[in-house]
Amino acid sequence: MARATRSLTSRVVVGVLSLLLVGGVIVAIASFAYGQQAAKQAYDRLLLGAASDIAESITILNGTPMADLPVSAFQLLAQAPDDRIGYAVRGPDEQLLTGHAAVNSAPEPQRRPTNQPVFFDATLQNEAARFVTVTRIFAEREFSGTVSVTVGQTMLARNAMALGLTRDALIASILAGLALMVLAIVVIRNAMAPLDRIASELLDRDPYDLTPMDNNVPAEAAVMVDAMNRFMRRLDRQIGSMRNLISDTAHQLRTPVAAIRTQAELASEETVPEAQRLMVGRLARRSRSLGELLDQMLSRALVIHRTDSAPRRPVDLRDVALEVVEARDHELLSPGAEVELVIGPDPIFVMADEISLTEAAKNMFNNALRHGTPPVRIGVSRTGTRASLWVQDAGPGPTPEVLSRMGQRFERNAASKGQSAGLGLSIVRAVAEAFEGELTMTPTDDGFRVSLTLTAHEVPE
Amino acid sequence: MIRAAALLLALAAPAAAQEAVATYGTGPTPLMFRSTTDIAVLGPTIQTFTEANPDITVTYEQWGSNALYKLTLDGCQSGDDTADAVLSSGVHQMVELVNMACARPYRSALTATLSSERIWRNELWGITREPAVMLYNTDLVPPEEVPRTRFQLLDLMRQQNPRYQNRIATYDIEASGLGYLLAFSDSIEASTFGGLLEGFSRTDAIATCCSAEIIKGVAEGRYLLAYNVLGSYVSTQPQDKIGVILPEDYTLFLSRAYMIPKNAPHPIAANRLLDFLLSDAGKAQLSASGLEWQRDEDESGLPASSERSIRLEPMLLVARDQQRRSLFITQWRLTFGAPRFLTP
Repeated sequence: MARATRSLTSRVVVGVLSLLLVGGVIVAIASFAYGQQAAKQAYDRLLLGAASDIAESITILNGTPMADLPVSAFQLLAQAPDDRIGYAVRGPDEQLLTGHAAVNSAPEPQRRPTNQPVFFDATLQNEAARFVTVTRIFAEREFSGTVSVTVGQTMLARNAMALGLTRDALIASILAGLALMVLAIVVIRNAMAPLDRIASELLDRDPYDLTPMDNNVPAEAAVMVDAMNRFMRRLDRQIGSMRNLISDTAHQLRTPVAAIRTQAELASEETVPEAQRLMVGRLARRSRSLGELLDQMLSRALVIHRTDSAPRRPVDLRDVALEVVEARDHELLSPGAEVELVIGPDPIFVMADEISLTEAAKNMFNNALRHGTPPVRIGVSRTGTRASLWVQDAGPGPTPEVLSRMGQRFERNAASKGQSAGLGLSIVRAVAEAFEGELTMTPTDDGFRVSLTLTAHEVPE
Repeated sequence: MIRAAALLLALAAPAAAQEAVATYGTGPTPLMFRSTTDIAVLGPTIQTFTEANPDITVTYEQWGSNALYKLTLDGCQSGDDTADAVLSSGVHQMVELVNMACARPYRSALTATLSSERIWRNELWGITREPAVMLYNTDLVPPEEVPRTRFQLLDLMRQQNPRYQNRIATYDIEASGLGYLLAFSDSIEASTFGGLLEGFSRTDAIATCCSAEIIKGVAEGRYLLAYNVLGSYVSTQPQDKIGVILPEDYTLFLSRAYMIPKNAPHPIAANRLLDFLLSDAGKAQLSASGLEWQRDEDESGLPASSERSIRLEPMLLVARDQQRRSLFITQWRLTFGAPRFLTP
């Protein structure tokens, strides 16, 4: 836990905040530009209004243009109360008629084409200022020519307005940003809540509790929960089979081991050599039978473990049958018994674990050798999509009451005799179930057949 | 024929300059203070200031408003200001100086208390509050004829009463910057101005230069009525037989403008003088000197809505415009005739 990478929440929060920040910067730049533009337009209009007022007031008096400077023009300019004002009324040849000598008209080329108002930036006593020049053309008897009116103002009010607009826009967007941030945090927490729930459920869970978790979670988390549940199911099964193995082993070994110990004690106390030899022989038989029992139990545990964990591969059933016969166990179990292998030229594939199948086949084969009537035949066959591995002997098969009990985990009856644990068929049945197959026992015309039938695999590799 | 009074001082104004000098205090920091206000009027206030600030020595020079404007402008343009503080009644000239970036800004808690009409750009401050009033001789004008408003003055002048012929006085606007400012403000304020000019013409009114001359003339009975005289001058030159009228249609109020030149050698001292003039102690002193008019319903009967302050704002630049001024003076001359400086 200590080395966990950055939490999802913090990733998402950092991402969302970065987005908001970038958005905020863009909004700030935009609102500054907007403020500048709005202030420029507003105050340019005031300038133009004042200049037009002055231009309107010009009359020709004794051949000279005279501006009767209107107060209204300056009242317009006073909308920017703290800004200094410069103005000049100039006649032809830029000769100053009235106003401030330091204020010049807009450059001639700009005014030339249309005589429209021309706005320009210049300075007023070394301070940045904005000017407009309005031109009025006179064609009177006494005076003919153009008179230009230039009005300018420093930029305190304009800059203040631009700043004010920018500030207002920024305050609004900061408030909106904060609201978005709060909403984003609420939304993120909401979205992350199922993960928190899973985490706390896991933390609260008893370490031995392997029941599945509630998978009523969002799709993204369901993948994780399902994987975890599958894992826990397998773990649960394996722990269960381990538990079974241990309890079976304890149960099944106790009696034969006690018997061996008793016989060994009796044998050691026996003084008659003949009787002692007899007892030692019995002891040896008992311990061999115990060995077989152990083998079977281990092989069953192996099969159960493998069916759960080993990957399935295509297996040719003929190889399984061949391997069983070639192991030559039957020569130990029932020497001289006749054994026949019935396989065709075509492979018959199933998807399974070869070792498990081999264990199952061995058990079927050995059962037939032990309990059946020779000759014993082992073979494979295929009917449609079903592939079978079968063992057949020439006998009539077990009695119906034995048949009904067969395939249980172990059979007390057999176990108590110390000869068979009755585990063989239960191994076969477990394998059949693990690979979605079935175990069938059928009397035939010439004997009794036990078949392990699985789904055939069509495309062998 | 209308005649204008002899204007000896107007002749002298461009060349000569300083009218009087006084020095207050003995402190190490000098403060050059130039004002259009009589030393006799404002001197006590400056005296109080140096007593409260013993480290400052104030040199008080009294100037005419046009000369003071020119001197200050020269100092601004040459970058060699010699004054630390300028206080002028020619507020339109002061507004123009500020508009030409000749002033130095200052902010303090006291300047922040000024109403907007008495402060511009934190570079020009209105120190006083003085009404422009009408005067009459209480002996010679019968009480029922005393005009309370400009309309009554107009009616009086239209009656062609020979008693008032040639006996009404006002400032000569060419000679007096203050007279021009008041006349200009009248022309903007109300349409009565045209009628007044017509009335002055009809009664052969006299345009003369100076407050003192007008007040003295009214007191002596040479003039029966005087129009647009600063009330403060009357209260500082108390005379018997003079009645004061604050016109009830509207009364102009002037605030003398205080400015610190851009290149003032001792701006800190000038800031302190400004703060003193705006402080309670300074205001009390100005009030005692008649420069800060206090509202008194019983005495004046002037409705508050009739008070019109001459605002310190760029609109006053209109008054300084060359062509507008020449048009205005042309119109004035049509009433009073060309100035005849040398006639008695």
